[in-house]
Amino acid sequence: MSKEKIQICPEFSDIMPPEYRDLVEQSTYGNEDRGWKDIGNSKELIEAHSLCAGCPESMAFRYILASLPNPEDTVMVGSTGCTSLVFPMVAVHNIHSLFGNQNAVASGLKRALTVRFPDRIKDVVVLAGDGATVDIGLDMTLQAWFRQEKFTTICFDNELYANTGGQESGLMRKGFVAKMAPTGKKFDKVRLPEIARESGCCYVVNLTVSKPSLVEKVIKNAVLLAREVGPTYIQLYTPCILEIGKNSMEGLQEMRDSEKPGERFNYKEYITDEAKQYLADLDARKKAAAIPAAQLTE
Amino acid sequence: MANELSETQKSQIGKQNKKGQTYTDPNHLFFKAPRTAAFYTGSEVIKEAIRRANVDVMVAYPITPQSEAAALIGELYAEGYIGDYLRGESEFAVMGQCAGAAFGGARVFTTTAGPGTMRAMENFPMWVGSRLPIQMIVTCRGINSPLSIQPDTLEMYFLLGTGMLMWHAETAQDFFDWMLMGFIVSEQPDVHLPLALCCDGFFVTHTKDTVMLTPPDMCLPSYDPYRSPVVCMDMESPPVRMMRDPFIMKSNYISYMTHASWQEETRAACERSRKHTIPLIGGLIETENVDAEILIVASGTAVSQGREAIRLMEDEGLRVGLVKIKSLRPFPFEELREATKNAKHIFVPEFNVIGWLATELKAALPDNHRIIAGPHVAGGMTMPAEVIVEEIQKTLGKRVATLAARGS
Repeated sequence: MSKEKIQICPEFSDIMPPEYRDLVEQSTYGNEDRGWKDIGNSKELIEAHSLCAGCPESMAFRYILASLPNPEDTVMVGSTGCTSLVFPMVAVHNIHSLFGNQNAVASGLKRALTVRFPDRIKDVVVLAGDGATVDIGLDMTLQAWFRQEKFTTICFDNELYANTGGQESGLMRKGFVAKMAPTGKKFDKVRLPEIARESGCCYVVNLTVSKPSLVEKVIKNAVLLAREVGPTYIQLYTPCILEIGKNSMEGLQEMRDSEKPGERFNYKEYITDEAKQYLADLDARKKAAAIPAAQLTE
Repeated sequence: MANELSETQKSQIGKQNKKGQTYTDPNHLFFKAPRTAAFYTGSEVIKEAIRRANVDVMVAYPITPQSEAAALIGELYAEGYIGDYLRGESEFAVMGQCAGAAFGGARVFTTTAGPGTMRAMENFPMWVGSRLPIQMIVTCRGINSPLSIQPDTLEMYFLLGTGMLMWHAETAQDFFDWMLMGFIVSEQPDVHLPLALCCDGFFVTHTKDTVMLTPPDMCLPSYDPYRSPVVCMDMESPPVRMMRDPFIMKSNYISYMTHASWQEETRAACERSRKHTIPLIGGLIETENVDAEILIVASGTAVSQGREAIRLMEDEGLRVGLVKIKSLRPFPFEELREATKNAKHIFVPEFNVIGWLATELKAALPDNHRIIAGPHVAGGMTMPAEVIVEEIQKTLGKRVATLAARGS
């Protein structure tokens, strides 16, 4: 989409909703250097959210949407759950179809966009919860990676089924007592980052959303690598404060506690040599472009 | 207006695609272009229709009896006739991949059968609600246990309530024509719904028949996703905040009303398809001698067997009329009431154990004691014309020499 397409016909501008006017006038579509620091200075691509007060998913949504390198040509695919309540208020095209089929939908979508726009970059980004990604949708999550489908999969890992009221999920910790795990979960947290690496993802990161700069870097890397190199997977801890008995103010501390050395969300990254090289080349090109021509000729 | 093309599509007519096929006005392609006879299996006919259909994405999965057709379309992809092609991991995933491609503005095609159709079932109402004009061939196959791969039309019963358009082809010729016509009907802005184009597995897919084909160097114009009644998910139009609160979260009148009115609208869209379908496939039903007191009403290959039974009974001096139902969704209520108004006995032969077509007819026709739900065969049994004759003669109180009594 070119930026011109979101101009408002002057005759109608005064009757357009203010949030849409803001989107046209102050959003960051087309700004190559967009990032989380635009939050507060420009119109965000998320209008509002219907999540619980203090839900870390809302932070994650804001950082991710601020970090997409190419939102004007990005289509997101979601799944059923808390995230699906936010997507209707997101200013990039997004698809909700069923529960768990998000990576199948994204596979078809990416292929259709490649057929229809062979000379343009159209990024596809999946964003779904851990139930959708690891339990009901695991087959389609893995198969998309086996097939080397070129899109990014982001999992909001809150270690349970939040929207249905806190039931056991595959990414839940062993021993945690939850609905449908009345005597505690009997098996370990599924090691999806390792499975993702073995399934063909060229870039896998496991982290929390406590540090926006880090989230921004990881999301940008993941989307850029998925364009050319192969599938990428990002697992973000977005604790369900409601279901783990925390208050609205405690989400950030919960994430900080869980990312300490030895904890399950200590920053972990797998990257293939090819992906590393690709990022290094991108970086070199960007630096070269930033050097004024006068300096190069000296 | 019926079967209009968009300006984008009109501007394509006369130009060539990358395979050198000429984009042809559908009405010219269907009714005026020269046809040549070919002797093909049903699976080969599916391939030939898709060769001419300008399909962007096809998703395949092996299940008998559609595997051959799905693989033949892979050959078309290798030849460059199709934009992209993949083998999905299960029918549930395949229908999700089809949805994703259709959301992204592609003309999408897939084939399925029996247990695979059942596995994918969650997707079909979603396709309808999302207004995705995907064409899905269903080559019917048994869904019972113990395992069966034989023809049996029970999965069609489960599709009836999904909101999809549903047509039931009798012959390979129906199949060839209706596949091409189906894309045109499905993609109309006031329809924009998926089409389940059904046929009886093996009887149609694996038998050879003479089919009149349109020229291979002519094809349908491309799908124009910007005529869709809902936004194409390609970020080529401004993204808008779709709603203030997702309706799923609200238990209130506005939420109920939104869901109810959208369900009504998708059903209305199915009904609106009539005006596009009728001029193309020549009516939702086809009739022969419906002034007769005895009628056979059927769909699919049961129609062919009914025709044969009618010939046998003619030899014995018994006049029987025939109604071939081509479209099950929309259901031809008015047409059937008119066609059956003289009938005293209406026989409904079917290839499934429950007789769902007879149930549909009993709900649609006045004086439904006239409807005799049978004969049925199931599990892959063939339906010899004599079985239909016997059912009719028994009902009329005639003595019949049963097939079993005759021996074989």
